[in-house]
Amino acid sequence: MSCYRGKYADELIANAAYIGTPGKGILAADESTGTIGKRLSSINVENVESNRRALRELLFCTPGALQYLSGVILFEETLYQKTAAGKLFVDVMKEAGVLPGIKVDKGTVELAGTNGETTTQGLDGLAQRCAQYYSAGARFAKWRAVLKIGPNEPSQLAINENANGLARYAIICQENGLVPIVEPEILVDGPHDISKCADVTERVLAACYKALNDHHVLLEGTLLKPNMVTPGSDAKKVAPEVVAEYTVRALQRTMPPAVPAVVFLSGGQSEEEATVNLNAMNQYQGKKPWSLSFSFGRALQQSTLKAWSGKEENVKKAQDAFLARCKANSEATLGKYEGGSGLSEGASESLHVKDYKY
Amino acid sequence: MSCYKGKYADELISNATYIGTPGKGILAADESTGTIGKRLSSINVENSESNRRTLRELLFCTPGALQYISGIILFEETLYQKTAAGKPFVEVMKENKVLPGIKVDKGTVELAGTNGETTTTGLDGLGQRCAQYYEAGARFAKWRAVLKISANEPSQLAINENANGLARYAIICQENGLVPIVEPEILVDGPHDINKCADVTERVLAACYKALNDHHVLLEGTLLKPNMVTPGSDSKKVAPEVVAEYTVRALQRTMPPAVPAVVFLSGGQSEEEATINLNAMNQYKGNKPWSLTFSFGRALQQSTLKAWAGKEENVKKAQEAFLARCKANSEATLGKYQGGAAGDGATESLHVKDYKY
Repeated sequence: MSCYRGKYADELIANAAYIGTPGKGILAADESTGTIGKRLSSINVENVESNRRALRELLFCTPGALQYLSGVILFEETLYQKTAAGKLFVDVMKEAGVLPGIKVDKGTVELAGTNGETTTQGLDGLAQRCAQYYSAGARFAKWRAVLKIGPNEPSQLAINENANGLARYAIICQENGLVPIVEPEILVDGPHDISKCADVTERVLAACYKALNDHHVLLEGTLLKPNMVTPGSDAKKVAPEVVAEYTVRALQRTMPPAVPAVVFLSGGQSEEEATVNLNAMNQYQGKKPWSLSFSFGRALQQSTLKAWSGKEENVKKAQDAFLARCKANSEATLGKYEGGSGLSEGASESLHVKDYKY
Repeated sequence: MSCYKGKYADELISNATYIGTPGKGILAADESTGTIGKRLSSINVENSESNRRTLRELLFCTPGALQYISGIILFEETLYQKTAAGKPFVEVMKENKVLPGIKVDKGTVELAGTNGETTTTGLDGLGQRCAQYYEAGARFAKWRAVLKISANEPSQLAINENANGLARYAIICQENGLVPIVEPEILVDGPHDINKCADVTERVLAACYKALNDHHVLLEGTLLKPNMVTPGSDSKKVAPEVVAEYTVRALQRTMPPAVPAVVFLSGGQSEEEATINLNAMNQYKGNKPWSLTFSFGRALQQSTLKAWAGKEENVKKAQEAFLARCKANSEATLGKYQGGAAGDGATESLHVKDYKY
């Protein structure tokens, strides 16, 4: 009946708390080979291992960037890659006080009898994989569950199945020394308003925390990676203060204070939008007994990718763009972002892709 | 899918918040006729309506006491009673900014197939009763669910059934303007240690908050009345700081910050013990995004009852005892209680095995 109290308990608690350090957040660089391929092809770069390595080196070795990051989520391939000079990426991170993380899910599959709803796979052999990743230096993990809003969605089945999968994944991670990031992403696609998103988010998060309790997960050693509460992609936008109010309220209604931090996903928001919304949340006056930080993929890398375009001579320009976004989001976690800092080409560009598949 | 947003929403939120005002707490004076009868007989007082009225007047009209009280839970009979001078009790409270509350459950019944576990009754016609109570001046309600710890208890059935009952009661209250106090009491009876109590408390509270979410209850307009996390009654006691740590941690793991306050039950602890534990919780350093205050029955009234002993000439002495406990608990909500407000009986354990209200 009790929650996890095994040999990794103290370490899990310390690492989860560290990831939520004010002024820091997570770079989600865990795009699978297929997904990173789409990114690379958008800038006319071939999807080969050396290019994937070069891109990640560009990011991780941007001078001055790692001070704003508490963790980087990696795809398995990257966990074992090195800089051109031969240093393991995980060592680069360790030296800079950044925790390496690892994506451990194996993507989504459809649930029969639903209208295109999915569950996430990856539980088979998960413990052994986590133990291996821990040996390789990983200290946290990520598993993405996906839900959508529709006339009859999310269904009770989809909510239950995804919440249960997240909870199983979470306890297996903890047993093997990895802080589980719990990610129940509710896609932004749709014409629904912000109230609808709030209602669904509250219902989904309540189910997640009940499942985590049922599965004896140590909440102090977990993180939550939710969507922000926003109108649907086909609905009218609202001010950042409204996003902040609805999002914080949804968390107040569902997230126990034992969880040290929330690391928001950007879900297709533009770089600037994601930063401004995060900033508004940290300025919002209200009960917030957890850190509110970021775990951004596209919203940290978009301008950088465009600036690089796969060319060696653009590396410095690309790194400048990356540093600017890291710094901006760091300030947003402190409620101190002034906006517009070094907006590079693409920073305001929406990154929404309908029915986004990683 | 959304939580309650009807005509009473704003009022529920502000009343729930008010009850949790630092420095204030709840007097639980909702003993049913049978239960108050046992109290009165322990001081050789006859269980008549006028004696019941006299006792409550003694409490509610203690000079200076109501400043420490944000709410009083009443039994139905008391909601309609008056002072000897003819003023309705609810008026006395209103004038002193004390919210009247009302016990709305109808006691427990056993769950077949369990080892003496129970569920709470009272849902039938609850909507109408709440509306009537609101008319009469009540602004919050209370419903006591009971669970016990043992070899195979609490069972999943008992947890589910009680959590569901609490959630149904809660939404019906809100629809009728009453802030529901959610009370899932886990009895202290037993030889178990504090870890066991913590594990069960966390499991029970998680089930309650899931049920409240399922039933669309507006959490900002509710209160929680849990047991403190302690060793069982047959087990060795621990220091107040330990009770504080385990209790706050259990709440951190299960209670969303939207809930404005926790109003602890005293569950058989002595007056002094309950106050000291509450004080330790308010001194405890950690994330506590809700007020931690009291909803005490026996732990506010025990010394008072003994001092009164049913005699008119003892009223002043009895009221002094009551005032002392109210003030002590008020200080405890601020983490400022220095101890020693103990009157005669203040350290006496109030534990009655398998306590039935």
